[in-house]
Amino acid sequence: MNKDNAFTVLHAGFLTTVQDLGRPGARRFGVSPGGALDGHALRVANLLLENEETAAGLEITLGGLRMQFSSPRLLAWCGADFDVKIGKAPLSPGRVGLVQAGEELAFNQPRVGCRAWLALFGGIEVAPILNSRSTDLRAGFGGFDGRPLRSGDVVPLAASPPLNMSSQRRIFSWSAPAEWAMPAKAAPVLRFVRGAGWPQFDASAQQTLTSVAFTVSPDSNRMGARLDGPILRREDHGDLISEAVVPGTIQVPPNGKPILLLGDCQTIGGYPKIGHVITVDLPKAAQLCPGQTVRFREVSLSDAHRLLLAREAELSRFSVGVSLQS
Amino acid sequence: MDISPLGDCGMILRIRDTFEDAPAEVLDEVLGYLELLRRANLPGITELAPSYTTIAVFYDPRALAPAGADPANVYNDLAAALQTALANGQVRLKRWDSNAIDIPVCYDEKFALDLDDIAHHARLSPQQVIDLHAGADYRVHCVGFTPGFPYLSGLPRELATPRRTVPRKEVPVGSVAIGATQTGIYPMTSPGGWNVIGRTPLRLFNPKKNPPALLCAGDRIRFRPIGREEFESLMR
Repeated sequence: MNKDNAFTVLHAGFLTTVQDLGRPGARRFGVSPGGALDGHALRVANLLLENEETAAGLEITLGGLRMQFSSPRLLAWCGADFDVKIGKAPLSPGRVGLVQAGEELAFNQPRVGCRAWLALFGGIEVAPILNSRSTDLRAGFGGFDGRPLRSGDVVPLAASPPLNMSSQRRIFSWSAPAEWAMPAKAAPVLRFVRGAGWPQFDASAQQTLTSVAFTVSPDSNRMGARLDGPILRREDHGDLISEAVVPGTIQVPPNGKPILLLGDCQTIGGYPKIGHVITVDLPKAAQLCPGQTVRFREVSLSDAHRLLLAREAELSRFSVGVSLQS
Repeated sequence: MDISPLGDCGMILRIRDTFEDAPAEVLDEVLGYLELLRRANLPGITELAPSYTTIAVFYDPRALAPAGADPANVYNDLAAALQTALANGQVRLKRWDSNAIDIPVCYDEKFALDLDDIAHHARLSPQQVIDLHAGADYRVHCVGFTPGFPYLSGLPRELATPRRTVPRKEVPVGSVAIGATQTGIYPMTSPGGWNVIGRTPLRLFNPKKNPPALLCAGDRIRFRPIGREEFESLMR
């Protein structure tokens, strides 16, 4: 491998994986779309570098990551409130930084939230599998050998053209809006639309979901966040026939404790779906840490679409703005 | 036909309410509608995935509300377009290969972790359970849960066994298992609550192959009992 276009993992941290925007289109094989749990954050970080928004980057969970570069590289990150340093200099989220040959990049523990997405100029060059470079941890394929990064790994990057004055200037010229750069909230409120299972819960369970705070259980991962708190009782206890679930689905198993599904969730499930967190709030959901509280608020499906389309329009304007700068 | 939202980028098309009474008929109908929708190729639809009685339809709201348009009707407009396609399209029942795919299964006690429980529940001997299980014809209704996991119908009624009250943290790769009236195969070691009756040496999921899943919705399969020696040699 050409070490000039690579970085070496000095310390892999809690959980660091290669992710892009995931592999939609493979659900019929049982493969979940996966990808960056906050795809929007990775898109923003990629756009700051004028990468393709589908370029592969890193998803960093809870920090402890240290890496070293053999040649200069532009990079940008978005996500939780991490303390990130290039050498000794801090790098804020939603800004472009330059790491020099031999320099270290460190993600220390976050103060709020738990995940961040790091984009590197040109993207990580691992072989796509099923049209994506994302790591599928459950099935053990994609990304870097189908597994989280380990200390000592040398991770290949796309060739980077020599940095000229204009790319140097860009480092200071542009930043992402704060709510995109750092979407983690200490006590988030997630907006949801009703799920097919909503009528199976009585009025008190429905009211509980929309009025009481839940606590994120330690037993949470990229598949889903388990929520402790009040029990959501179902009116009927008939078995359901398994059908599709999606990231954002709030499903309620017989014990009445809801599970908020995230990007690596199964494709088919048999528990009632009381609601679905809307797409624009999945970035906040991706930041839920064990012990943290979370609340839910209902919105209409047309509002969910209005919010999504407004965000996409804003992201297009942002992308145009970035490209005009360079 | 009943269409309902699945979050803000998907919808569920309900073909039937149950499947147990006429699994083959329901399966053919679900796959017939799936093919109809594939041919209809409606704009904005990004993915279709079947399960037992429903088809999940995924869409991109951005493709359905051009810049400046009011997104209030994204869902209703697409649901209406789906209904029109369903009403006007012709459901062609695909003729499936009548040959069943042979799935070798070793029912040895080392692999059949819950054979005794299944036999006890069915009031049969373990050998009778194996004979029944290996004597039936099965169909794949959908692939899901984990990559390559086939949800099957065709389990003889006598063998229906409730899910374990405490799920296993690790069901070994290749485990053939029974969950109530359903039966399936675990393509990778994963948590699971179904009763394990045996193990297949076949690899059910290989992301480097096209298609990556060995089995797909519609396939017919049969389980063929094999001994430990054949299991070990097939594993190599």
